[in-house]
Amino acid sequence: MNIDWNAFTPWASLGGGLLIGLASALYLLGNGRVAGIAGIVASPLRAVMGGGSLAPERARLLFILGLLLAPWLWQLFAPMPAATLDVGWPTLLLAGLLVGIGVRMGNGCTSGHGVCGLSRFSGRSLANVLAFMGAGFATVFLIRHVLA
Amino acid sequence: MRDVFSIASGLIFGLGLILGGMSDPAKVKAFLDLFGNWDPSLAFVMGGAIAVGVFAFAAGRKRETSWTGERMEIPTSKVIDTRLIVGGVLFGAGWGIGGFCPGPALVALGSGMAPAAAFIVAMLVGMVVHDRFLAKR
Repeated sequence: MNIDWNAFTPWASLGGGLLIGLASALYLLGNGRVAGIAGIVASPLRAVMGGGSLAPERARLLFILGLLLAPWLWQLFAPMPAATLDVGWPTLLLAGLLVGIGVRMGNGCTSGHGVCGLSRFSGRSLANVLAFMGAGFATVFLIRHVLA
Repeated sequence: MRDVFSIASGLIFGLGLILGGMSDPAKVKAFLDLFGNWDPSLAFVMGGAIAVGVFAFAAGRKRETSWTGERMEIPTSKVIDTRLIVGGVLFGAGWGIGGFCPGPALVALGSGMAPAAAFIVAMLVGMVVHDRFLAKR
């Protein structure tokens, strides 16, 4: 193991984490809901696909709107940090498909099981987090150090 | 007021993802690259979020209703089954391939990164595919 000290941003990342925790706290205590983004996206999608009403999805849709607007708010004060993608469109489509199926089957993602689940000491969430972290490490290992 | 909490939560969450480095797929992959040039930063994102979240959920658990009077909807399931684990593995594989999980992909889309739109469309298709063909019956 070799740590990339030049890329290491502990303070910014800790600060970002605190903001994410604050946002999750607001959504929970303010609206009584768990800020799990997979579920926040899947629920209105299910309503649209099933021809149901979007009225009960209001809080989730506004949360999504907030996420989409965050870069605009950020750019009022600072340029967006660099974002680099090293894969092409077909690969990205495969990634999206796997993420979509996986978060529905496991009922949560990095926010719902990761942040919120671990914050409430859920064994179920810990099991899911270990599965997706393990698979994430293994996948990047395969791509970068076995297949490459 | 409910609307204010909803949109403010999304905004602050998104700002946290940007500040923390999660909106850069290259940084996410550098975090997942344990055996290469490892960038442990994103562990600090998770740590910071949980440090606040622990107090929020401890407070939330004691409440019957939220500040705006809605019923608290905290998950109660304790079931650990194959679907939970296989779902996590599929998600983790997709996360490792693309460097995007759902939240950061939405933030990247908001910032105008065109490929993020492709990822999100594929993710929505994946969700529908799951619900149509792979959901528990």
